[in-house]
Amino acid sequence: MADLLLEIGLEEIPARMIAAAEAELATRIEGVLTKQRLLVAPGAAITSYSTPRRLAVRVEGVLARQLDMQEQLTGPSWKAAFPDGQPGPAAQAFAKKAGVAVAALEKITTPKGEYASALIHRPGRGAEQVLSEELPREIGALSWPKAMYWRPNKPERFVRPLRWLLCLLDEEVVPLEFAGIRASNVTYGHRVLYGERPVPIPRPAVYLAALQAAFVDADVASRRHRIRKALDAAARIVPGARWREDEALVEQVTHLTEWPTVLTGNFQPEYLALPEEVLVTVMRDHQKYFAVEDKQGALAPHFLAVLNTQVDAEGLAIIRHGNERVLRARFNDARFFWNFDQKIPLTGRLEKLKTVTFQRDLGSYFSKTESNLRMAKAVTAAVSAQGILVDHAALEQAVLLAKTDLTTELVKEFTELQGIVGGLYARAQGLGETVAQAIYFQYLPASVDDPIPAAVEGQILGLADRMATITEMFAIGLAPSGSKDPFALRRAANGVVKILAESGLPLTLTALETIALESLPRARSGEGAGSLGVFLKERLDFYLREVRGYAYDVVNAVLSTGLTTVTDAIARVQALTQVRGSDDLVAISTAFKRIKNILRQATEKQDGESIAGDALIEPAERQLYDDAARVAPQVEALRARQDYLQALECIATLRPAIDGFFDQVMVMAPEAHLRRNRLALIASVLSDFSRIADFSEIVPG
Amino acid sequence: MTVIAEKKALTFQELLFRLQKFWADRGCVLQQPYDVEVGAGTMSPDTFLRVLGPKPVRIAYAQPSRRPADGRYGENPNRLYKHQQLQVILKPTPDDVLDQYLGSLKAIGIDLSKHDIKFEEDNWEAPTLGAWGIGWQVMLDGLEITQFTYFQQCGGLDLDPISAEITYGLERIAAFLQDVDSIYDVIWARIPATPPRSVTYGEVRHLEEVQFSVYNFEDADVEKLWEHLRLYESECQQLLSRVSQQPEDLALAELRRFPVLAAYDLCLKCSHLFNLLDARGAISVTERVGIIARIRVLAVGIAKAYSRMIARTA
Repeated sequence: MADLLLEIGLEEIPARMIAAAEAELATRIEGVLTKQRLLVAPGAAITSYSTPRRLAVRVEGVLARQLDMQEQLTGPSWKAAFPDGQPGPAAQAFAKKAGVAVAALEKITTPKGEYASALIHRPGRGAEQVLSEELPREIGALSWPKAMYWRPNKPERFVRPLRWLLCLLDEEVVPLEFAGIRASNVTYGHRVLYGERPVPIPRPAVYLAALQAAFVDADVASRRHRIRKALDAAARIVPGARWREDEALVEQVTHLTEWPTVLTGNFQPEYLALPEEVLVTVMRDHQKYFAVEDKQGALAPHFLAVLNTQVDAEGLAIIRHGNERVLRARFNDARFFWNFDQKIPLTGRLEKLKTVTFQRDLGSYFSKTESNLRMAKAVTAAVSAQGILVDHAALEQAVLLAKTDLTTELVKEFTELQGIVGGLYARAQGLGETVAQAIYFQYLPASVDDPIPAAVEGQILGLADRMATITEMFAIGLAPSGSKDPFALRRAANGVVKILAESGLPLTLTALETIALESLPRARSGEGAGSLGVFLKERLDFYLREVRGYAYDVVNAVLSTGLTTVTDAIARVQALTQVRGSDDLVAISTAFKRIKNILRQATEKQDGESIAGDALIEPAERQLYDDAARVAPQVEALRARQDYLQALECIATLRPAIDGFFDQVMVMAPEAHLRRNRLALIASVLSDFSRIADFSEIVPG
Repeated sequence: MTVIAEKKALTFQELLFRLQKFWADRGCVLQQPYDVEVGAGTMSPDTFLRVLGPKPVRIAYAQPSRRPADGRYGENPNRLYKHQQLQVILKPTPDDVLDQYLGSLKAIGIDLSKHDIKFEEDNWEAPTLGAWGIGWQVMLDGLEITQFTYFQQCGGLDLDPISAEITYGLERIAAFLQDVDSIYDVIWARIPATPPRSVTYGEVRHLEEVQFSVYNFEDADVEKLWEHLRLYESECQQLLSRVSQQPEDLALAELRRFPVLAAYDLCLKCSHLFNLLDARGAISVTERVGIIARIRVLAVGIAKAYSRMIARTA
């Protein structure tokens, strides 16, 4: 067994791409070793590493040689190969191709007949040779979100220029080459702390330790741990303070550093007068600093910066001074912009939206706002009719002003704060809490984990904004397709579904679609797979399965009965999930599948056929008829009350009658009138009891 | 006042000297700033045109870069209508280009063992030029001091070989080295008189920031700007239409005489006028997309014509 190490040395890889690339490289190497018969499943250990300047994989337990292999090749039919029992030209050609003597060909019998066959013995090749051929291909096949050329004649694209390759099988260099670089047994340490000297790696086992000595911690988990510990320690310098947990930022700085340390910096408390949202955005998004909070959770005038170096006290003072200086300038800018923006209140900015592009063909944010307003008014009318109380004036003002913060200097500087800045300005300019909050929370939920806006005005603004975008984008042919969704319309629709699900607004997706198509002059109704209705239903399906975690067959069963409100769909899915395991329901689902099959295969037309009572001659069919007639109104009453669990349990009581019917009655009776009558009976059972869910969609097991 | 406020921090002009010397020592031709308004050093023909084609290039130059919308009447300590870049173009890119770059920081007195440096993903794109590249912003103690780009496309043409572009933000670096909070307080030069005297960035440039902010935001005559734009564009188009009529076998001497460089100046004028109109808030949504596309057509046409010329004359 040998120990393999591959390291790809690069100029700094974008932090966001490193984790996926490290995982892909490990998977590829495991795949190619397995395919090349160099790995025996148990006993091999695969470990991967990465820093901004390297991706590495180590595999312990690689075979020094491929396992030998026997392969049975099938050639031409025996008759064609050996006419008259003597080898003909076909046999000669096949033997030559297989690399065996004609005399070695054997006759094998397959279900298709007798064939000439050759048994080939493939002796395993040395791992080194195989790897030197295969690994460059795997390196080259790594997928990158964005890649570049750097060498003359552009022989390969890669994420960043490749600067060295290290590949060892135990103590031997595997002679491979990629991007004009030959593999060796040296790597490189930290750019500054270790410099340009090579770091020799005599064998794979010492890789991590040798890099540690060169100020590189190549193990991602170890670096992450180191950063978290250092953040804890740095925050303790301030009594009672804690760093504000931010997992995404921890990941980012983990992938931005080879040798992380943490620095505590300070800013003047006077900046705390700026909104916390602004301060945190500057620190986190622009400077990658962690915010610090006091015991009460309020922002404290400190920050933690993760450095990619280790310095003495003098260096630390210099770096702290530099970072504080940058932050001060940024905060000054933010304060300047805040004050500057107050010169023109949001109400005076609507006209300016005419110069801000929403989308090339859909025009400016001014016309976007007009669409949002139409949509919001129509939605408000619909929910008000159902008794929902809406502050019409506040909602209208919120919709009108929702996008005006795009014209402010603060949002131009901190684009990620759009909406939030509008809300803060609305509050500062005395437009009232309802307006301020609706604007502030308009982009919630941004992801499936986010909450929805708490107030109904914010919910309606969120629905109107997203539905107007989706509808108008569809109208100009920009519906998402496959992996292409440049305007994030799926995410917008996920937001629509989530707001409907969690607000309980009495709107169906179909109603929302109708409102959009009727209230937006630029909307166009489409049909088929690209239509708005299908798209929204897909997002509901996604929400129920991926966000709520319901089984796909239960979701299918409920959604194939047509769209009610999202909350109603959830209630039905929930009830069905509770009973789907019961024997009675499984039996009913099986029976309904059978009914569907029978109805599909029957040549009789089944629409509107009535059931003739006197033609029910068998007791079992009479029983089913009576039971169904008795249970149907009960189920309907429960369904109307949305008491779906009771309703489903009620349906389950039909099981004996249904079982009895199929045991004792032949639907496709030779007598036409009996047959027609029985088809009508099962069709009516199917339609009466499939209103909550289509049980035939349930997959047993 | 603090540990890095050394008396001997480089002045603005010394910073430029050091960087120019550093790159001149590494084989760069030192060009002077281009004399047509540009928004960035990249737009100088010494970058835009020289990155095209196979001929190796090493060139460095300071480039005053005008961005009308960024003007702040000289009131904001960090923002300027016109800032100075030091632009370095290396084609083909040396394998140790990043180490060379780090060497240039040492040359301006930055002891990296006492600083924190990071290369963070930042890809560059200029839609009006049909140009883009892959690279980083270089962060020194949390401050972006350089944009580093491997050019991939320019004027809509795929590049081969690839050029590395290093763009130093001179004001920021000088303010950092001198540890001042306002760019206007940067010492531009120390005058060896008795007694010694300093000239600040503010003394050299503040009035310019004030007056051009006033002009760009308040006084520039929108109708005339449009008219200028139309004139420059039509003259540029005129030249490009003659390019398209050139026979394939046009005599080399004729090809070399054809003023594609002048056409590029006209295109730069258009780009600057577009920026001015933008700063005046005079460009509507529909116009905006259209104008960017129009300037891009000029840039792409020029890049093609220039490539053809250098291919024939190589």
